[in-house]
Amino acid sequence: MTFQPSPDVDTPRRVPLKERLPLDWLGLAPFLVFVTLFLLAPTMYIVVGAFRSVDGSFTFDNVIGLNTPSIRSAYWISIKISLASASLGCLIGFAMAAAMTLGGLPKAIRGPLLTFSGVASNFAGVPLAFAFLATLGPIGLVTVFLKTNLGLDLRMLGFNILSFWGLTVTYLFFQIPLMILIITPALDGLKREWREAAEILGATGPQYWRMVAFPILFPAILGTMALLFANSFGAVATAIALTGSSLNIVPILLFAQIRGDVLGDPHLGYALAFGMIVVTGIANTIYIVLRARSERWQK
Amino acid sequence: MMRLSAWAAIAFGMLYFLLPLLGMTEFSLKMRRGVYSFDAYAKVLADPRFQETFSYSVMMAVFTIVFGVLLVVPTAYWVRLKLPRARPFVEFVTLLPLVIPAIVVVFGYIRLFNTSSWLPLTGTAMGTNILLMFGYATLSLPYMYRAVDTGLRTIDVTTLTEAAQSLGAGWVTILGRLILPNVLVAVLSGAFVTLAIVIGEFTMAALLNRPAFGPYMQLLGANRAYEPAALAVIAFGITWACMGLIQLVARLAPKPATPVKD
Repeated sequence: MTFQPSPDVDTPRRVPLKERLPLDWLGLAPFLVFVTLFLLAPTMYIVVGAFRSVDGSFTFDNVIGLNTPSIRSAYWISIKISLASASLGCLIGFAMAAAMTLGGLPKAIRGPLLTFSGVASNFAGVPLAFAFLATLGPIGLVTVFLKTNLGLDLRMLGFNILSFWGLTVTYLFFQIPLMILIITPALDGLKREWREAAEILGATGPQYWRMVAFPILFPAILGTMALLFANSFGAVATAIALTGSSLNIVPILLFAQIRGDVLGDPHLGYALAFGMIVVTGIANTIYIVLRARSERWQK
Repeated sequence: MMRLSAWAAIAFGMLYFLLPLLGMTEFSLKMRRGVYSFDAYAKVLADPRFQETFSYSVMMAVFTIVFGVLLVVPTAYWVRLKLPRARPFVEFVTLLPLVIPAIVVVFGYIRLFNTSSWLPLTGTAMGTNILLMFGYATLSLPYMYRAVDTGLRTIDVTTLTEAAQSLGAGWVTILGRLILPNVLVAVLSGAFVTLAIVIGEFTMAALLNRPAFGPYMQLLGANRAYEPAALAVIAFGITWACMGLIQLVARLAPKPATPVKD
């Protein structure tokens, strides 16, 4: 018996010379130069700066220097606001998307709601802060309405637009639509057959959700939540326009530091920015990993 | 039961979204005591600072879009045609601006391109404008690249290129007269997102000290009561117009006869 070695297993594939020369990569050169100069290098500069002392030697002092009560509390409040707005955004956005796709509502709702979500998720920054000041601020529409018609004083109840909850409620305006936009395809991907199969096997509605639909959607939901977290953690404009500098959160602190070195040590600013990259980086890694997992079901 | 809770969820959401829009609109009309009027709008529109900053931002948006198209279309085309292996890498890089907060990027710009560096862009007003445009181009990169790449998916890049080449077309002709018209709808939708982003952008413009619309709005918000609400209404109108134009363009687009699957 003769044995024929299969060519693509034993002998390495012959690569033509032209394919081995990286000439094709030259087409990417403009793009690579641009992102290197204006995205990667500036970021690397900050990251390296976070680990460099004033005389240029390597040090952990800057990162350790972040451990002051004021900076610690800035990170803590930022993380709390991002967590609150991300989880509430997820919850409400999911409820609305589920109502739209599975709730048996007229089809006419879908298009306008998705369009509106596209608009609202882009309506961030300074104007968003103005809109909420005009609504929930001291003489805003809702504040005045509640006071004169229902006798409810929001301020007496402990609500202040320039506070933790004020910022969270404002961020929800772009968080909820983003959730709707991202989760709707996942909800559309739930196959009718799965529900029918579950029902034939005797599952009730809640059982179907708990044991079939939710486990399938879970990575998508959690992943989107990580994205929303990063989204609000890096938001600068809304926070500054809303609160000025009265709320001690990381983006505002960093903004003030870049403007006028309020921390008294330029390298502490690098460390502060580095901390932001770490937090949003972790959140986005979670998003990417979980998205890959959730896409398994959408093939 | 289920339909009821579905309606409840939608109604709650609508209430949450409509109230701030109603609030800002109502507030913007309240400048004159006792009656609704457009005084706040008249005041804003007549403000020379408004006109300056707004036209500055529109100009910046136009340049950003032109630069973005020139950068992204050839890159996305080349990746599809010659370097499909590089696609995950390029896609990852284009998504990075969503990961790295804009404030960190601009912080890096200020340190990397200051007057004592090898490329002193922040030394002159023109240089800073160019730097800001590059900054905006990075901010819009995720949206622009995705839009164009999705557009390229619907055409058969390889066949079109070979057909053009056998008729004697060079790369510039192929890109300008073949690829660009074919992905025009995608390019336009990326362009409108870019416009919406650039017009209201605050962080980069403020930290680079350029007279853009975002910092102007913030300044006005810190000093005035009714004008900011009017500005918010205008800004919302612009965002809405941009998104509406995207939908309109997508609807007017000729559907490809045979969509090519990825």
